[in-house]
Amino acid sequence: MPLLHRLTETEREPIAFVLDGRPAHALAGDTVLTAVLTQGERLRQSEFSAEPRAGFCLMGACQDCWVRNESGARFRACSTFVEGGMRLLTGALA
Amino acid sequence: MSGLQVVVIGAGPAGVRAAEALVAHGQRPVVVDEAPRWGGQIYRQPPPNFKRAKRLLYGFETGRAEGVHGAMAGIVERIDYRPDTLVWNAREGELDLLHRGRSTTLPYRRLIIASGATDRVLPFPGWTLPGVYSLGAAQVALKAQGCAIGSRVVFAGTGPLLYLVAYQYAKAGATVAAVLDSARLGDKLAALPALLRQPAVLAKGLYYRAWLQAHGVAVHEGAAPLQALGSQRVEGLRWRDGPREQQLACDAIGFGHALRSETQLADLLGCSHAFEPLQRAHLPQRDAAGRSSVASVYLAGDGAGIMGADAAEWAGERAALALLEDAGVTVDGTRAHVLEQRLARVATFRRGLERAFPFPVDWAANVPDDLLICRCEEISAGELRAAVRDTGATELNRLKALTRVGMGRCQGRTCGVAAAEILAHASGLPIDAVGRLRGQAPVKPIPFSAGAA
Repeated sequence: MPLLHRLTETEREPIAFVLDGRPAHALAGDTVLTAVLTQGERLRQSEFSAEPRAGFCLMGACQDCWVRNESGARFRACSTFVEGGMRLLTGALA
Repeated sequence: MSGLQVVVIGAGPAGVRAAEALVAHGQRPVVVDEAPRWGGQIYRQPPPNFKRAKRLLYGFETGRAEGVHGAMAGIVERIDYRPDTLVWNAREGELDLLHRGRSTTLPYRRLIIASGATDRVLPFPGWTLPGVYSLGAAQVALKAQGCAIGSRVVFAGTGPLLYLVAYQYAKAGATVAAVLDSARLGDKLAALPALLRQPAVLAKGLYYRAWLQAHGVAVHEGAAPLQALGSQRVEGLRWRDGPREQQLACDAIGFGHALRSETQLADLLGCSHAFEPLQRAHLPQRDAAGRSSVASVYLAGDGAGIMGADAAEWAGERAALALLEDAGVTVDGTRAHVLEQRLARVATFRRGLERAFPFPVDWAANVPDDLLICRCEEISAGELRAAVRDTGATELNRLKALTRVGMGRCQGRTCGVAAAEILAHASGLPIDAVGRLRGQAPVKPIPFSAGAA
């Protein structure tokens, strides 16, 4: 069950990306956080406890919503807009 | 940049009105803003391809939002506007900026800091679970992304934002399972005389609350969250209704206890701070016009103390007039006086708000040892208490050095208030005696590849 629910603004252009190896769709203007959490339940796992995290403040202050891509780059999900072809991972670092 | 070489940090209501006043006096300020579009948090604009009318985004504040947006649109060709740009360090005469992964230096001769605020949060067990967000976050999700944080949402904490966000969610079609306000009805009644100083604002607050109750949303006063339930995400909430424990099912929780100012840049610039009992925080000192203790630095808006968005507009304009005046530019003294009078009236109303939604001063005494205080470094209340007990630490930066609380990626933005409360309680000192976390550059994480020191 996704964490976030779209209530409005759903007529936007779709954007294809890859989430944990599976094809996924977001909408143009989604942040990475919205793109991931309208499909899933977490953005990352804590590097200390491995517990799931899904952000907290959504305004670039708490630094809790980092998500990485398959190349290892990290994005602050609440303030990065999703782009077509992004390959995002929400699991713990191997 | 030209003339007085002014930089304005922030493009919310304070920064926009400051820039507007500067332009009106022939200046071409640089306006640096972390967001991609102007408006700040309160009047945040969704991405350009979103279509909803402003009335649906800003409700009763539509006129205000349009005023601020329109003011910025009207001057944007006459300023050096730098959106998407973080000020990550500040020193006399120079700022370090980060834009699209690259760090650059921006000189200034005079500076207006309008850095805004974030939620003030007092955590409860389970608050790191996916589905638990700050009240501000719940509002950003809806306003800027058209999303609700869940399908059955509990809102908790206290403050005007609690009722506003609950109302906005219910009105947008989300199910609000309950509103849990730690303030009691008696607090609100006692605050009425002061709140009547701004009857229109009071009326809005009463309207949200009445609307929620008329639409069947349970509003509990003197209530507080005890534990978010679930292992991978929120599945419910255990909460306290006065002395009784209750439980309810929900898939999201939004909570917060009013706002806290973003003071790091003023701190890095050496602006002197003082403890402000009403806001229960150390804040950079400013005179009625917004002059800080540092000659070239001016402060406006919630970043220098929470006064709300309307006051931010007045304070931004007033600070710009003060800057111009100090630089020898002739300004309209009557206008400056009117702005100061308005700000003084808001101060009375603010005292009423603190009475109506008092800070839960018993929070630190009641939280369990296993409560995580710091999300970044995962440090618990028990670890903080043990450090105080074992070392006799009585100062927040000492506690930070000992435990790493406030040292993580957020630099204490999220945990700082809670850590100070735990320290004060554990050491038996009043909250004003335990100090404040010192600002450190970079004030937010920057990539190594930015080429910065």
